[in-house]
Order: sequence, then C-alpha cells, then structure tokens
Amino acid sequence: MNSSEPRVTLELVAAHGLKPDEYRRVLDLIGRAPTMTELGIFSAMWNEHCSYKSSKVHLRGLPTRAPWVIQGPGENAGVIDIGDGLAVVFKMESHNHPSFIEPYQGAATGVGGILRDVFTMGARPIACLNALSFGDPRHAKTRHLVSGVVAGIGGYGNSFGVPTVGGEVRFHTRYDGNCLVNAMAVGLADKARIFYAAASGVGMPIVYLGSKTGRDGIHGASMASAEFGADAEEKRPTVQVGDPFAEKLLLEACLEIMASGCVIAIQDMGAAGLTSSATEMGAKGGLGVTLDLDKVPCRESAMSAYEMMLSESQERMLMVLRPEKEAEAEAIFRKWGLDFAVVGYTTTAKRFIVKHGGVVVADLPIKELGSEAPVYDRAFVETPSRPVVDAAAIAPPMAVIDALAQLIGTPDLCSRRWVWEQYDHVILGNTVARPGGDAAVVRVNDGPRALALTTDVTPRYCEADPFEGGKQAVAEAWRNLTAVGARPLALTDNLNFGNPERPEIMGQFVGCVRGIAAACQALDFPVVSGNVSLYNETGGRAILPTPTIGGVGLLDDFTRAATLAFKSAAHMILVVGTTTGWLGQSLYLRDVCAREDGAPPPVDLAIERKNGDFVRALVDAGLASAVHDVSDGGLLVALAEMALAGGIGARLDAAPTGAPAHGFWFGEDQARYVVTASAADAETVGARARAAEVALAVIGTTGGDTLVIPGEPPVALDALRRRHESWLPEFMAAGAS
Amino acid sequence: MKSAVLVFPGINRERDMARALTLVSGRAPYMVWHAETVLPPDTDLVVIPGGFSYGDYLRCGAIAARAPVMAAVRRHADAGRLVLAVCNGFQIACEAGLLPGVLMRNAALKFICKDAYLRVERSDTAFTRGYNAGQVIRVPVAHGEGNYVADAQTIARLEGDGRVVLRYVAPDGARDPAWNVNGATNAIAGILNARGNVLGMMPHPENHVEAALGSTDGRGLFAGLAGHFDGAAETAWPRPAEATVSQASRN
Repeated sequence: MNSSEPRVTLELVAAHGLKPDEYRRVLDLIGRAPTMTELGIFSAMWNEHCSYKSSKVHLRGLPTRAPWVIQGPGENAGVIDIGDGLAVVFKMESHNHPSFIEPYQGAATGVGGILRDVFTMGARPIACLNALSFGDPRHAKTRHLVSGVVAGIGGYGNSFGVPTVGGEVRFHTRYDGNCLVNAMAVGLADKARIFYAAASGVGMPIVYLGSKTGRDGIHGASMASAEFGADAEEKRPTVQVGDPFAEKLLLEACLEIMASGCVIAIQDMGAAGLTSSATEMGAKGGLGVTLDLDKVPCRESAMSAYEMMLSESQERMLMVLRPEKEAEAEAIFRKWGLDFAVVGYTTTAKRFIVKHGGVVVADLPIKELGSEAPVYDRAFVETPSRPVVDAAAIAPPMAVIDALAQLIGTPDLCSRRWVWEQYDHVILGNTVARPGGDAAVVRVNDGPRALALTTDVTPRYCEADPFEGGKQAVAEAWRNLTAVGARPLALTDNLNFGNPERPEIMGQFVGCVRGIAAACQALDFPVVSGNVSLYNETGGRAILPTPTIGGVGLLDDFTRAATLAFKSAAHMILVVGTTTGWLGQSLYLRDVCAREDGAPPPVDLAIERKNGDFVRALVDAGLASAVHDVSDGGLLVALAEMALAGGIGARLDAAPTGAPAHGFWFGEDQARYVVTASAADAETVGARARAAEVALAVIGTTGGDTLVIPGEPPVALDALRRRHESWLPEFMAAGAS
Repeated sequence: MKSAVLVFPGINRERDMARALTLVSGRAPYMVWHAETVLPPDTDLVVIPGGFSYGDYLRCGAIAARAPVMAAVRRHADAGRLVLAVCNGFQIACEAGLLPGVLMRNAALKFICKDAYLRVERSDTAFTRGYNAGQVIRVPVAHGEGNYVADAQTIARLEGDGRVVLRYVAPDGARDPAWNVNGATNAIAGILNARGNVLGMMPHPENHVEAALGSTDGRGLFAGLAGHFDGAAETAWPRPAEATVSQASRN
C-alpha cells in the first residue's frame, strides 16, 4: 500500500474520533493496520452522524409502513404515493453544528443537502421548510446566528428556485451554545420513475457529476458527531461552502438525464462525500466498487487521497450509468456546464478499492464498512416525571388582556414575518397558503390537489416529559395539517439531542422516540425518512430535546383549504376539544409568571384523532369559515392570531364559572381547534359534534376591531398587531446600530 | 401572440412565466436556450424571466447580458418588437444596454419577498393597455437587488418622457416611502426604453394570474400584450374592482 501516507498511530486514531474498542473492531475486520486513507474512511463511516450507532436500536421501533408508503427510511428520502401516478419525496435533515460555526454557509448547505436528497430520487423540489432554534435573545451570539442562518437559507433556496413556505423559529437559553437548523425539502416525482442508490451490473461505469472536489468540509460529519468545547470557532474549515447556482444546474441536468433513461443508480455526495456515496451504491447493490481518484475533478491541486475521500464539497453526485448511454449522458452534463468524469466501476469482489497515483490506498470490505459499524444500546435513565401544576394555585400577575398583549409580543409568539419575507415563498406559482398559517399549502402541478406541509415540536414539553413531548410533536404536526383540511399522510423526523453517552440525555431520546412511535401508530401517520443529530451540547450543557416533526398531508381540492383568518363579522366562534386550563409548561407560566415548570399537557391520542377527523370533515363540508389549532399560548393567543390575520375582532364570552380565567384562556390542553362558522352553519356543526361525541363550546362572536373579554377593557387589534409585528424586526435592528 | 422565454443557466422563474403566458394568451411560449443565436422567426414577444442567471456571482445580469442569444434579442428590439424583462430579466436588460440605469441592493440590504402595490402610470403602452392609468395592482416582489438607480439626468428624462410606467405605492395609490419596498429612486418599479418597446420591471406579474391563488392583478399585463397582438383578449378577463382606484386618489 501507499508508503507516502503517514503511518497510523493511536494518537491519529483518537484524533479521528474512533474509540479504542472501535479501532479494535477495525483491526479485526481488515486483519491489519489501516492506511491513513482507510482510517479516514472508517472515521467517516463510523461516526455518529453517518452510522446512527447510538440511535439505531431505538429507531427500529418507529412505524414506517402504510399502504401509501413507497419508500420508508434508509434511502436518500422517503417516498409516498399520492395517487394519479404521482409520488411525494421528502425529508428533513439537520445542519446544526456547521450553522453554529458559520451560520450563513452552514444553513445554506443544509438547504442544499436536503434538496439534493430529494432530487437524487427523481423528484423536482416544490417546497422547503425550516425549523430553527436559537439561544436566548440576550445572548451575545443570538442575533448574529439569526441573521446569518436566515440569510443563508434564503440565499440558497431563493437562488435555487424553490419556495420556502413554512417552518418555525424559537428562542431558548438552552440553545445558546448550539443552534438548530433543520431543513426540510419536498419534491414531486413520477411514481414509476423513482431512482435509488443501489448499483446493479458488474463493470458498470461510475460517474462523478457536478462541482469539483475541494478541501472544504473535510471531517464535517465527524465534527457533527462531537460536542463543542471552547474550540468551536477553530472548526470553521470543516464547514462546506454552498453554490446554489451549481445545484440548480445539477438539478436540471439530473432530471434531464433521468428522463433520458441513462441512469441505473444515483447517490448524492452529502456527509462523508465520496466515501459514503460510493460505498452505499456498492453495498446496497451487493457489488464492489473500485475508484480511481486520479479521475476525480479537483478544485485544488495536489489533493491527497485522504482529502478527496473526506471532502464534503457540495453539489456533487455519483451515478451508475447504462454504458451504452454514457455519451448521451455526458452531452447533457456538458450542456449544463457541469463536470462529468468516469471515476470507477462496479466489481464482483465485494471490496471497496481506492487507487491514487496508480497505488491502492484503500482496500476494504464494502458491505461491512456499513453493516459492521458499531451499534450501541447505550445506558439511559428515564426522565423523572414532574408534578402537575394546579392552575388555581397560580396567582395571575396581571389581567388576562394585559397578559395577551405581553405574550403576543414575546420572542416565541411574535410574528415571523421578518424571517419569511427574506425567503422567496411564491416562486413556482403554486403557493396557496403562504407562511404564517397552521400549515403551508402548495398546489400539486395545476391542481386541484395540494400538499399541506408543516414542521412542529415543543421542546419544553419534551424536556419535562419526553414520552408526552414526543407524542405531542407528532400530534401537533398532524393537527396543523388537519387544520387546513388536509389528510395527514406521513412524516419525516429530525431528532436533535445532546450527548447520548450521558444516560439522562439517552433517556430523553428513548422517551421521545417512544412517544413519536405511539402517536404515529395511533394517528396512522408513519415515519418515512429522518435524521438524528446528537452531541448538540457545549461545555456539558445540552440543548432542549428537540425531535422536529415534518408532516405532509394531502388536500383533494386546494380551493377548499381552510385558513386561520376570521372571514366575516357575526360568525360564531367555537372551540373543538376540552379545555381544562392546563398551565404546566405553558408559555403563560413561563413568560408571564416566570415559572418554567410542571408536567406538560398530556396527549390523548384517541381524542386527538376523533377531534381532528371531526374538524377535517367540517372543512371538507365547507362548514368552517376559519380554522386554527390551539397550541403555544393557548386559546386566547390562537384567537388573537385569527383576529389579526383577518383584521376582524371578536367579542368573547366569560370563562366558564369555576375555571380560573388564566387557565382557560392560556392553558395548553391538547387536541383543540378554534373554528368559526356562520350562525346557520354553527347549528349544523353543533349537531355533528353531538353525533360524533366531540366536545364543542361556543365562546364568542367575531366582529369589530377589538378583542373584548367580559370584565376587562377591550384591546384594539391595531395595538396587538404592533406588538405582534414589532419584536423581531426591532430585535434584529438593534444589532445594526 | 407567440412569445419566446429565454433560459439562461440559473434562471428559475421561466416555468412561472411560461405558465402565465400560456394561461392568458392561450399559446405556450418557445423556451429559448441562452446559447442560441437566433430567435424563432414568428416571435412577437421576447420575455427575459427572473432568477439568478449564472448565480448572479459577478453583477446581477452581467454575464447573461453577454450570452449569444442576447445579440438576437437586441436585433429583435432594434426592429421595434417587444421585450418584457422581469426581475433578473430587468437586471439583464440594463446590463445589456437595452434599458438605462442599474438595479442596486435593496435599501434594507436584505432579500425581500412580499406583495407590493404598483401604480400603473400609463395605459397607452402595449404592456399596460390591460390596465387603467392610475390603477393600483398588487403583485409580489422577490429580489435582493431591485433598487433602481440612475443618474439625475436619466431619471429626469425617464420621468419627463413618461417612461416610468410602474411605481411602488401605498395600497390607496399614494406615494409613500414606507411602501417603496426596495428604496428605488422615485419608487420606480418598471420603465420603458426610449422607443417604448422594452419594459423592465422588478415585480412578478406572472405569479398573480390565478384567482384561486389569491390575486389576478398580474393578468392585465399578459392580457394587454395578447390584446396588442391578437386584438381580442383585452376584455377576456374581468378587472378586479378592488384593485382599481380613481384618478382622484393619485398624488
């Protein structure tokens, strides 16, 4: 083997993040000491990010099947059948560590990576969403991260030409040292033309496509598999640099090449670059792969084999082509001005052989590189349950209406307009419901069908009770899809946690995954793709457990989609679901009473399903003039959002006698929706609720330009709107001065 | 009306444009690759659509302006035939010298995507005959560099010659800096060349052509063009009453 490479020492092994027992596994597997390039390959394949070694045993418990699921977890993205010969391809993935170090490029390449995952499967991306978690607004780094991440997401998606239609933004001090950037992409494909990674046929040319390979992103996946210490800044060279222009060309070229029938298999180069993509294509196809690195298009001269195998340069693909169609494929790529090079071929020997300068620098068993990666059933302790907070025992510090005015202008409840106005959300001309509603609605081709899309999780619930929090994340996504009238079909999960080697963190992970599984099961809402991001921890302080759920639903006719805006005065305001006044872990308790404690609201999945099915049927029957799910901030915040969106106020009835008013208005009981209906339709809605045994209460009437609660001074919508809209732009502008 | 939509690498609103043209004029456009040196001979209207041609990595539109197809576009314009240049297309047209001035970064230094209100200053052009003069239309913008700038003389000439045909205004039609979305000089959203056959505009009328998606205010532009060529299309769509303001509310 190549003698020009440094000899592998135990120090080098440790520096590559391989534990002593993991290195012993390497030695046992290959029967000799690895070369430097081989060590790099093992570190890339066996890190947490690529191998899922801490999470695998638990992920097996997630429901992944349904009659409409074409492809579940394990491919570049999940695929579901939406009928009419069409499939939806989607996935969410984190780019947390890079975004914290270099927010613009970290977020931009997060978007680029997830888009590639989707079009690699033959789908044209039609929408993106982003779930973002930042530290305390008062933390010195927060503003810089918000500014860079939002600009990076926009910079990539806007140029690539996909509408960014939704997502979420939250702030919490537990993200001070690790922000979260979870990017979701959704694409549309011909059901008969889905492309997979598995190579087939021996001696088939393996073709490298796209941008050239540079020295950026080396060890990116390993970096994302460790905690940050004080040296986070020094890790900047591990962050990749995005080129959305190259990605747009790659998209068009790939779709054109796929349509021409040239492609046998395709895999994008994401985490661990050439290493991961080449081994995956071979291993999945039961074949070996030989690569000749001298053929790899390089951006820089004198790159070593080690660097080429570990580079995470963006906008690159690997394909196995039909040999007779090679010239045709090359012409398509040349037309788009992209690099095209045959860099290897498939073999019968199930080896992964890498040559450089005529010398073999790696010769490894291809299947075992993936299948023999360590798997850990890590020790965990269950999160102790917290006491239920009795609303009656909480003294309200201010009047209900003042609490509303305060809450509506807090970092977690204020308008996100400042964010989504930086994202092109109308391109492609299919955005039916723009950002700001419960779920985005994007028309499928020329309609009338449409997809509903959302991302959701309530990390403070997950922290207080991982099992209930995991359930709630799924239920809320399901509810948001339902609120626009869509049938929820499937979800992608992006599981963000701290260091899994700590039993209490592992306990959060296990609890959340179990909760997600329970909710998926009960709601017929399978997981079809996902991503795990661990070690989101700095100086021993972990993020809040944040299992982000990206949900996809289908509407038969987008013109019937419901929105949250009040449509008309004199409509009845109805609440579906039971309000007990659950204040534990509510934003009212945290942001008005300065108490972040208690058990989170429990999720009764049977009631969740019953109430959701009821609401969806109302939308379908045209009985609901507006629908909004009740979540963060509770009933009154939901009502204020509906009033602000419609520019129409409401006169509300008093809270029921016996219930503490602050619990009634701000409690975060689950499985609830606010629905409005004309007086005539409200009768029908009431009759339907009685028949379905769904809890329904009339709580007021729309109209005017104020919100009126009995016994309190009315609050003008204009005043609420100013508070709702001002916090984020003012916060961001304060950094500029 | 037969139109030709130019496709440069990195352009990304060509599908939106093709859909709008097809929907309103009833005829699908030619899609013309940047490396072509001639346009299809029966081309009535050339459309340079939006996007990020060549990644906008040099100056917006600078590289596309020098693409082979642009010589053909220049000949088309020199012959007095129509060119519609939207967003990145406007930037390309300025870089190609088809229109004066330049599009600078938005005053707020951020990309901005939102509905803008535009006052149609004239209805006696081939591009705006589908609207009433003074009508306010709601059309989305989506750009990072749409802040129109030119020297004082050029601006004076544009204004004096009535070549500013679209202007950012408040919903009631009033000039108001708060509604000038990108800080453009004189709130300029769209201008004509001296001959009146090339229109450059930053907003995206092609994204507001279907009632089911929220607004048809952009439709008038395409219907007007179709009417210009085909004669009859002008009355083919109802003008949205709520978007029409009287002359009196102009300032």
